[in-house]
Amino acid sequence: MTNTVRLEPVEGLSLTAPEKREGASTSSARTGEEFPQAVAGPAGSAFVNIGERTNVTGSARFKKLVMAGDYAAAVEVARQQVENGAQVIDVNMDEGLLDSEYAMTTFLKLIAAEPDIARVPVMIDSSKWTVIEAGLKCVSGKPIVNSISMKEGEAEFLAHARKVRDYGAAVVVMAFDEVGQADTQARKVEICERAYKLLVAEGFPPEDIIFDPNIFAVATGIEEHRTYALDFIAACREIKARCPHVHISGGLSNLSFSFRGNEPVRRAMHSIFLFHAIPAGLDMAIVNAGQLDVYDTIDPELREACEDVILDRLPKAGGDATERLVTLAEKFLGSDPVREKAEAEWRGWEVGKRLEHALVKGIDAHVVADTEEARQTAERPIHVIEGPLMDGMNVVGDLFGSGKMFLPQVVKSARVMKKAVAHLIPFIEAEKERTGATQGKGRIVMATVKGDVHDIGKNIVGVVLQCNGFEVIDLGVMVPWADILKAANENNADMIGLSGLITPSLDEMVTVADEMQRAGMTLPLLIGGATTSKVHTAIRIDPAYDGPVLHVLDASRAVGVASSLVSETQAEPLIAKTAEEYEATRLTRAGRTHSELAALDEARDNAQPYDPAGKPPPPRRPGLHQFGEWPLRDLRASIDWTPFFRAWELAGNYPAILTDPVVGESATSLFNDANAMLDRMIAEHWVTPRGTVGLWRCRREGDDVLVLASNAETRLPFLRQQVKKREGRPNMCLADFISPDEEDWLGGFAVGIHGLEPHLARFKAENDDYSDILLKALADRLAEAFAETLHAHVRNSVWGYAEEHLTNQQLIRETYTGIRPAPGYPACPDHSLKPILFDMLGGEPAGVTLTESMAMLPTSAVSGFYFAHRDSQYFGVARIGRDQLEDYAARRGMSLQEAERWLRPNLD
Amino acid sequence: MNVAQQLRAAAAERILIKDGAYGTQVQNFRLNEADYRGGLDLGRDQKGNNDLLNLTRPDLVRDICQRFSAAGAELLATNSFNANRISQADYGAEKLVREINVAAARIIAEVCDRESQKDGRKRWTVGALGPTNKTLSLSPNVNDPGYREVDFDTISDVYVEQIESLVEGGAEIVLIETVFDTLNAKAAIHAAGRVDRELPIMLSMTITDLSGRNLSGHSIEAFWASVRHARPLSIGLNCSFGASQLRAHVAALSGIADTLLMAYPNAGLPNDLGDYDEGPAETAAQVRQWCEQGIVNIVGGCCGTTPAHIAAIAEATRGFAPREIAQPVRRTLLAGIEPMILAA
Repeated sequence: MTNTVRLEPVEGLSLTAPEKREGASTSSARTGEEFPQAVAGPAGSAFVNIGERTNVTGSARFKKLVMAGDYAAAVEVARQQVENGAQVIDVNMDEGLLDSEYAMTTFLKLIAAEPDIARVPVMIDSSKWTVIEAGLKCVSGKPIVNSISMKEGEAEFLAHARKVRDYGAAVVVMAFDEVGQADTQARKVEICERAYKLLVAEGFPPEDIIFDPNIFAVATGIEEHRTYALDFIAACREIKARCPHVHISGGLSNLSFSFRGNEPVRRAMHSIFLFHAIPAGLDMAIVNAGQLDVYDTIDPELREACEDVILDRLPKAGGDATERLVTLAEKFLGSDPVREKAEAEWRGWEVGKRLEHALVKGIDAHVVADTEEARQTAERPIHVIEGPLMDGMNVVGDLFGSGKMFLPQVVKSARVMKKAVAHLIPFIEAEKERTGATQGKGRIVMATVKGDVHDIGKNIVGVVLQCNGFEVIDLGVMVPWADILKAANENNADMIGLSGLITPSLDEMVTVADEMQRAGMTLPLLIGGATTSKVHTAIRIDPAYDGPVLHVLDASRAVGVASSLVSETQAEPLIAKTAEEYEATRLTRAGRTHSELAALDEARDNAQPYDPAGKPPPPRRPGLHQFGEWPLRDLRASIDWTPFFRAWELAGNYPAILTDPVVGESATSLFNDANAMLDRMIAEHWVTPRGTVGLWRCRREGDDVLVLASNAETRLPFLRQQVKKREGRPNMCLADFISPDEEDWLGGFAVGIHGLEPHLARFKAENDDYSDILLKALADRLAEAFAETLHAHVRNSVWGYAEEHLTNQQLIRETYTGIRPAPGYPACPDHSLKPILFDMLGGEPAGVTLTESMAMLPTSAVSGFYFAHRDSQYFGVARIGRDQLEDYAARRGMSLQEAERWLRPNLD
Repeated sequence: MNVAQQLRAAAAERILIKDGAYGTQVQNFRLNEADYRGGLDLGRDQKGNNDLLNLTRPDLVRDICQRFSAAGAELLATNSFNANRISQADYGAEKLVREINVAAARIIAEVCDRESQKDGRKRWTVGALGPTNKTLSLSPNVNDPGYREVDFDTISDVYVEQIESLVEGGAEIVLIETVFDTLNAKAAIHAAGRVDRELPIMLSMTITDLSGRNLSGHSIEAFWASVRHARPLSIGLNCSFGASQLRAHVAALSGIADTLLMAYPNAGLPNDLGDYDEGPAETAAQVRQWCEQGIVNIVGGCCGTTPAHIAAIAEATRGFAPREIAQPVRRTLLAGIEPMILAA
């Protein structure tokens, strides 16, 4: 049973690239940015601005700090937020891989010790009641709970409300009932009034109720969405009239989701919305105060167009309000006269300065002509490189080294450099034939190891090294150890750099080190990539090879390490220091006591009990489903941009990162380039997203799930957490989300983004590493967006157990029921389940194949299982014991040795 | 009329008088280890364990209570400031916590009954809860600000035990006093709710620095915002730096609290030897100013105050109308360590 579903693209939806922030006139009296207490708004009302940065779902930086356990730095985020005028700070630790209760209580206790932070009230934000309750026990003042709702019915709602009162807190009540989230004015008012009556009858003080009647996106092109803003504003008025003394709050960023990437339009929409919503009764909002404009300073044409959309008016000029704003939004881009003037000016400078400017700014439009001009006046062609080009790159290097330039800019600079050098090479070769070869700074052989196909990071490092005068011999991806050693010997390399992203690559790196030892090599071995670490390098790679082994944390460190290694004076000290550090690491690890493990039986006894009430219904359309060509425009709208910036080593959360005082300019520029490329990818059909979904009957046998796919029963063994838990916390296993007593359902999926190759070849031919990396990074994002979109489609339609009206932000925050854990990731760490999943999906699902290390090809691909039980959630299996390893190997039907190999990271 | 209604009715008529401190009175008896210990089998020295006297020298406790009553006090608190499992652990007397509290309440309740029968005026048995010697909001380790010696649930459980036994012995009201950590007070409120949601609660903060904050950093306004959910029978201040320092904070609280206000100061500041020098007339003169200003409903004494102080304070209130309970506009109160007030 196979069918293809095609979603219709949303008409009238247009995404446009952003422009640079104009001026700095973003603070307004209305935002209260500079006031510690509630301040007068435009209609004499008070508006409270709630800080959003201490929220792991809203700030990538904060999440990273908390995940890394760097609470000291996380506390600084809170301090900055209060310093910047947040009157309440929202604290949210809802992240699948975090012990959210621990993170919440730890953080709250720490900020209690900081009078600068503790002076403002805290908003304890979680979708999990247990996290809220744990937080309430740590706050000495009077906090706000965010949030409770009637989603699970009146009884649970009131039980939570009573507890909120007993702990002494105010509460945000979401306009959400048993039926769903309120969208229309009538529903918003109905739900809020019902909640109000229930609470007040319970004795809950009405002034401690804060309603969140859901701000939804407008200008989406969907007819029903036209009145969403008006619905909200009108509902505010009515709720305030019907429910005396309450407050109203909302998450503002949802409103303008259609214009993601177009900050001027988003800022204008937010400001105009507040201008109308505050007088109607909106008292507070979770908002980035820096992202609001003063109403009066908004371009009158844009203001009117935004107002037409928000108030659902017919434009005076005729036509449709959304279409008009969409058109205007595009017109609004690149309208910065100052910048245009500056752009024209530098062309009049002398050629050396022009080349430097082009390198620093990453402008490649005139570089070939300018290089040629410089060559004609230079004595030798190499002097152009050693002179103006290296001068320019030195400026780039200095700016990068001092943190004033960021990776995307550096890669762009490198592209300019490469084009210039490419122009000069024929002239240099011609000269070399007469004079002999030249020697670079050093030579490095780089490769992504066998079994792995990920090379964005490796390419970035390669570019950065080239910018700094190194000769890089890039062997590409899936390179066997023999080829790496051979290339190093033949080229007389100064060092080898290995890269990898998936966990099995760690073992392959050990193999390369072993073979280098056997071959009697002595040159340094550099290790990098997302799953690599100093600890793994010290404990497993370094002992395998007598030569120097160095873990390089990120691209920005690569130059320093490589330069030291080729320096006569710095090499020995660096190697000695690193060796000492690794020895110390090994000693610490050896002396470290692991958190105690429960015996497997014990862990099983402490499983999360299965709740039959949360069981999903059978799928509407079971079996296999192929999704041939999902519209790229849809996927673009669902892109989670934050990891995209992370891939470029730009820290920060989208969209705030675009206006970040430090990386904002770089991020905005990168974002513009990404959107320009996306425009072309869509218009010229560069890539094809393909997906496969399977929904199957299954039954449970202990920690195994037996799946009935294509008339055969397939055993899927899952791993269970064994680290001893605190009282009341289960030892989780994915199998616990499947009914132990009766037939149940499980899903699987794979998505892949196909068709990158010809474009990558073209970029290579053009010496354009920047576009190469950009395209790969975008394809990764599209694959993730596809996985997320497809999951939503499965929940709402194919399986059909949910009826959601989620914004993209909510999708990213995973506020829905059901999970899609992937083999090789924390809940299901065994990569070798992938072939089983792929077989169940009919073989090569979505056109995706596997390498021997279980990396997926094409590289931009995602696969996983679907669990739909209401209690299903992400977790990390973490360390397991020998008993489970042996048990698992038997269930999996593989040798102990093989199981050990796949589960190595969980055994250490 | 229930207890809370009776007390409110009386407070509408006049300024009510609370008793003074037990510690100061006990000191005067110059008790030795044998007096404290009585016949109890306890591993550690008990000298200084004033709460234990409820079991070993009930006659002394009764005597002190009677003298406060005779001085005019009508709210008579139990001698149970440290009668909780955490504080008693210092004396190795945790296992006696229940017994101590039952006895403490029984002694006071008997005095109240007898005195009330004599003159027909109601006396209230007030079960006193100290803050314990552990804090929920602060780390004792400067290098680890996130560390806590106890958690909320532990403190709540400790208070449940104490409140249950005080109520069993006859306490009608729970007084959560000398609140130096607002979160400890919130745990006590939580505990009282677990014992009996209708149990009347009185709350009293202490100020530990001259900026007018307690140890967890709360100003009196922030404290009120943080504990108002208890709907206390009274809110107020005790201990601190003596009546003159307290006045401004009592006045601030008077304007915002929509419940009775109780204040019971120390007899001035302790001298170098830890004794209190302020005489009854001096303390009473300060309290008299509060009465003139109309900012109190219940007054009494804390550290260093004697029956003579209480008599002078009672005398000072004569002729003054009680504070009118504030009727603030309904507002949303939130708080960090500063209050945040929103129009509602």
